[in-house]
Amino acid sequence: MSSGEVKLIGAWASPFVMRPRVALNLKSVPYEFLQETFGSKSELLLKSNPVHKKIPVLLHADKPVCESNIIVEYIDETWSSSGPSILPSHPYDRAMARFWAAYIDEKWFVALRNFLKAEGEEDKKAVIAQMEEGNALLEKAFIDCSKGKPFFNGDNIGYLDISLGSFLAWLRVTELAASHKLLDEAKTPSLCKWAELFCNDPAVKPVMPETAKLAEFAKKIFAKPQA
Amino acid sequence: MAERSETEEVKLLGMWASPFSRRIEIALTLKGVAYEFSEQDITNKSSLLLQLNPVYKMIPVLVHNGKPISESLVILEYIDDTWRNNPILPQDPCERATARFWAKLIDQQICVAAMKVVGKVGEERDAAVEAARDLLMFLEKELVGKDFFGGRSLGFVDIVATLVAFWLMRTEDLLGVKVVPVELFPEIHRWVKNLLGNDVIKKCTPPEDEHLAYIRARMDKLNIKSA
Repeated sequence: MSSGEVKLIGAWASPFVMRPRVALNLKSVPYEFLQETFGSKSELLLKSNPVHKKIPVLLHADKPVCESNIIVEYIDETWSSSGPSILPSHPYDRAMARFWAAYIDEKWFVALRNFLKAEGEEDKKAVIAQMEEGNALLEKAFIDCSKGKPFFNGDNIGYLDISLGSFLAWLRVTELAASHKLLDEAKTPSLCKWAELFCNDPAVKPVMPETAKLAEFAKKIFAKPQA
Repeated sequence: MAERSETEEVKLLGMWASPFSRRIEIALTLKGVAYEFSEQDITNKSSLLLQLNPVYKMIPVLVHNGKPISESLVILEYIDDTWRNNPILPQDPCERATARFWAKLIDQQICVAAMKVVGKVGEERDAAVEAARDLLMFLEKELVGKDFFGGRSLGFVDIVATLVAFWLMRTEDLLGVKVVPVELFPEIHRWVKNLLGNDVIKKCTPPEDEHLAYIRARMDKLNIKSA
């Protein structure tokens, strides 16, 4: 049943939180955004996600749903008659979307996060090489999934667009810190075009963190404590 | 709804002792889907496997009418999307989200925590066992008042959790430590008995003696002391 109040526990800078926000926007579902303070966890968060104690958590008529990609599927299934379909309709396309979404979280993002934590030029070079390998795979995946259309999901943004697109602001922050383009027009032309379209989508624009603001935030959270 | 064509071809590249491969066999068997099983040597990967799963180079890989799908959770959802009889996932979006949540916990955390117990001794092992038990306690609580995670009958989480029943719990004697003792986990033990009463599970679970011999041999090869 799609009735009932919708709340989302999250934080503006989190790419995982951005995912359900885009999904809710696509379905035109109004929701209350409950912003967590960085460095502390609210009682509501701890109660709603006792297993992981992590954001995002969707509360629908007070029932919690956890894990960003799981929440996106939940939103698609619950508000199925509203707005475009977030998951593709054909089982094989759905499998490809889920496969690549899992790859993005388990491999690609790990490389991105390792870069932000990397110390020294050698470490950074190794992670950049890892990221470029991943990007090449995703460039091919885009060509296979999009079948000539603007998004992974076809004409409209969908599950896989949201899954990767939610990392674009952090990717830009990483590029600035590395002085190195990770999404390169020469190596990943389709992804570059896609990225621009994704960022300009009306469901995405209001919830995509500003690069400058995010860069400041990144400096703060990755700052090394004074010896 | 996919149409059943007479030329429908289903092939599974798998490995008899792998929990990830066996869970696909369970799903296909529950749905009455005829398939060709291709036993793979994971120590000497075939060119077919490398071609069909270039990203991870791992089993299981389901090939349906020539199209490959990898990653066991993705494959399970594909099977459920394609063959709609005897549904594996529940219908309700909230219950589906919950099922996906537990499946992810089992594969990404419980499985990893259980692996950390192997080959450890003393305090290090005690800590690893405690960490695994903390996670398993969530599954224990989920089973209260239910025959299976899926309720009255087998579902998605049961299929995924066979990893706990027939891999983690079976190898306790070899590990020399009861990670899942009945005193702490009466519900899980009750659930395993229910699983063993199911014909599909019995058919699709590796025979115990052979399985233990195989694991013992692997532990010996990796110089891990077995009890």
